[in-house]
Amino acid sequence: MVEVNDVHKSFADKHILKGITATFQPGEINLVIGASGSGKSVLMKCMVGLIMPDEGHIVYDNRDFTSLDYKAMREVRREIGMLFQGGALFDSSTVQENVEFPLKMFTKMTPEERMERVNFCLKCVQLEGVNKKYPAEISGGMKKRVGIARAIALDIKYLFCDEPNSGLDPVTSRVIDGLIRDITKEFGITTVINTHDMKTVFDIGDSILFIHNGHNWWNGKKEDVKRSENAELIEFINASHFG
Amino acid sequence: MSIFYHLGRYLLFLRQMFSRPERFRVYWDRTILEMKNIGIGSLPIVAIIAVFQGAVTTLQIAYQLISPLVANPVIGSIVSDSSMLELAPTITCLVLAGNVGSHIASEIGTMRVYEQIDALEIMGINSAGFIALPKIVAGIMVIPLLIVLSIFLSNVGGIVAGNASGILTPDEYIQGARESFLPFNLAFSLIKAFTYAFIITSVSCYQGYYTHGGALEVGSSSTKAVVASAVIILFSDYLLTQLLL
Repeated sequence: MVEVNDVHKSFADKHILKGITATFQPGEINLVIGASGSGKSVLMKCMVGLIMPDEGHIVYDNRDFTSLDYKAMREVRREIGMLFQGGALFDSSTVQENVEFPLKMFTKMTPEERMERVNFCLKCVQLEGVNKKYPAEISGGMKKRVGIARAIALDIKYLFCDEPNSGLDPVTSRVIDGLIRDITKEFGITTVINTHDMKTVFDIGDSILFIHNGHNWWNGKKEDVKRSENAELIEFINASHFG
Repeated sequence: MSIFYHLGRYLLFLRQMFSRPERFRVYWDRTILEMKNIGIGSLPIVAIIAVFQGAVTTLQIAYQLISPLVANPVIGSIVSDSSMLELAPTITCLVLAGNVGSHIASEIGTMRVYEQIDALEIMGINSAGFIALPKIVAGIMVIPLLIVLSIFLSNVGGIVAGNASGILTPDEYIQGARESFLPFNLAFSLIKAFTYAFIITSVSCYQGYYTHGGALEVGSSSTKAVVASAVIILFSDYLLTQLLL
């Protein structure tokens, strides 16, 4: 479980996050939605420690992440996987080397065991036979799938996805959504997804946090979204033709 | 931003970098790869510069010392000492700042822009150490070797140019070089080489690591890395010469 307690973040005189509080449950797909510039990405970066919040706490299963030193923070991060918008794969490494990388760094597996795990992870994301290809040789959707495979190579407890469907066609988007859902349910991971793709919200979402102008504007279950009377949330949903 | 801001951030970057590697073997493999990239990659340009540097210096010294009172071996003595003390370490490292420094800064800058550094951090890896440490260690190991090669080739260039232009024979050149040789000069040259190697690699890593934005900023970081490395090398050159000679 990941808890966000009264998180504030400003850049110069611009107040981006204004007291966000939320709880993200394990085994669920927790979606953070909101318009561009609402503070979704800043919140996610605060949650994984790429940006430190000015106030408030991020708690991973009773471990206050915001009060840890850099070394202890790195220990917690080893339980975190993250899927970036562009995949963030290492250009000079093959698909296989990308997925194998965390195993090489943090496990004492033999090369054979590592290869077995790499192949398992690539199979989980329906990518087989591309081990020797470089990121430049595969499509955007495949890069995201390799990113997921790399994220789950170690036994992670938390998965963060920053707009996993951006730049993808609708069919590939649904494949990525399906993979994230299957992995979350199968491994009981706490998954947090930043998105403004409402099809993702209604297809795979469990709980939803709607951020508006840096405020925690609405949160609840997916089933409650359409019944909500929150004007900004209704406007956001209607604008995406899912109202 | 002030020079003190960059100095402070650079020192913090170095402190973050020098932490215990997560997996020594992976760091070592990366160091070997970087040694190959820096060493083999820079070999042709270092060789060309060294040969022509020695040749031109020989011709210019001969032009300035035309006198029956000056023996020919003196030319060999001046050229070999100049190569060892100043030309090989400083000029070669200024060129390497352009060649190696810009490559390092743009490579790391691109990793930053495409979130690869963030990906390393989220995996729990000390990104500064993982990216920069192998490059700095490789630079410190390989650049002094390039400087020694540069000193040798510079003298070869001097011998060839002196002989081809009829100014002095190879024997006269070697006689002059041997008579004036001091082991301390070679040590001084290597001290310079180690210092400049650290400056080139660490400053370039720093500039690349703190790149923000897109392709334009990657180019800008690369330029800043070259300019900053060159200025610091020249400043260190003066400081080391003042302190050690």
